Amino acid sequence: MELVDQTLSGNRRALARLISQLEDDSPLAAQTLAAIYGHTGRARVVGVTGSPGTGKSTLVSELAKAYRRAGQTVGIVAVDPTSPFTGGAILGDRIRMRDLAGDPGVFIRSMATRGSLGGLARATTNVVQILDAAGYDVILIETVGAGQSEVDIARTADTTVVVEAPGLGDEVQAIKAGILEIADVLVVNKADREGATNTVRALQAMLDLGTAPRRALHHGVTLAAEQNPYSAPDSAPAWRPPILQTVALESKGITEVAEAIARHQAYLAESGEAQPRRRRRIESELLAILRETLLRRLMDSVSPADVSQMVERVAAREIDPYTAVEQLLASAYH
Amino acid sequence: MDKKIRILIAKPGLDGHDRGAKVIARALRDAGMEVIYTGLRQTPEMIVESALQEDVDAVGLSILSGAHMTLLPRIVELLKANHLDDVLVFAGGIIPDEDIPALQSAGVCGVFGPGANTDVVAQFIRREVESRPVDQ
Repeated sequence: MELVDQTLSGNRRALARLISQLEDDSPLAAQTLAAIYGHTGRARVVGVTGSPGTGKSTLVSELAKAYRRAGQTVGIVAVDPTSPFTGGAILGDRIRMRDLAGDPGVFIRSMATRGSLGGLARATTNVVQILDAAGYDVILIETVGAGQSEVDIARTADTTVVVEAPGLGDEVQAIKAGILEIADVLVVNKADREGATNTVRALQAMLDLGTAPRRALHHGVTLAAEQNPYSAPDSAPAWRPPILQTVALESKGITEVAEAIARHQAYLAESGEAQPRRRRRIESELLAILRETLLRRLMDSVSPADVSQMVERVAAREIDPYTAVEQLLASAYH
Repeated sequence: MDKKIRILIAKPGLDGHDRGAKVIARALRDAGMEVIYTGLRQTPEMIVESALQEDVDAVGLSILSGAHMTLLPRIVELLKANHLDDVLVFAGGIIPDEDIPALQSAGVCGVFGPGANTDVVAQFIRREVESRPVDQ
């Protein structure tokens, strides 16, 4: 627990080590999280997501600079994909965050997804908690280059910024399910390029089509607002995601994005939606941990030798996979 | 769960050729490691700060400018000053053979020139990292 104390008193090396502990799922991780939990809940957590090449890293870097100018400290978690073939990864988000080097008010951590598919790593939520406990005012999470269904970020961040760029798809892309549904702020980056106004128009049209109360649509749960016990009171006006244009490479439009994020956070507080959001987040986190723990316990009770024996039998067409699983379970819990 | 080996690959100094750095980054990725690539023109301070934040097991430095005798020992020194003594340092690029002993005694564990077999580099790193004492 020495590392926890050191982290809480501002030791960056201890913080980095604790993060590794969580990533590696060390036996100490649960203890660490228990010890820091009381110190969390202060940071504002902002997620930045979007397709590969839209300029997420550059935007995150520019946002971090804006927060620093406003005197706030910034933690950054940048997620890149793990190769499903070798388990290795190249984490390259620091390349675009060069300007932040040497600033003691910024802490950047690159994370590999390590097999997780929702756009974040399994440990990202916990790493955000550690950065929160370590006292960073704003935590920016950059997801992997996300397409349409990597929406885990909405479960982790208070405000989700979805970054688009001109020329990536037609209007139907914009009304497909998924990533656009989680946007609290929409950014069209590379707005100096041809087609930027078309992209803005397509997003605008998509927002005009959306009539359902968005606040009930988070986390894959499509409950109607009135059925959701945690949703905001009906009197609260729904939040309409603003669409902003930026040229992140030239630092253009960044202040406006920071302001929109601040407005969204003020909205969360005033509309009474912050509470239900936070609750839903805790609920989904709790369920995820429960699921993972149950899975691990149950998997541990099945012997790998039995599994490989079943693989042989299924391969030989002696038995079908479903029956094989039934038999495995029967032998595990006889 | 098994611990992943994390490596920082950085280019100190002013030369703008990162082909070698990318080749080695890719090879270490294919060897199952997590490689943090920082890009060109990094100062020793930037490299050491990145190594600290990313909690890496090793730092690989690619340098073709000829400034290795100044920059590499400086980086090793700064790592020590930041209590990162347990981080393995290796280097690649254009480094004359006669400079290697001096670099090794300065704390650069491995020096790999052009044409080095990337599998050998990956094995070297794995062996060195895994033989280091684990502290928690």
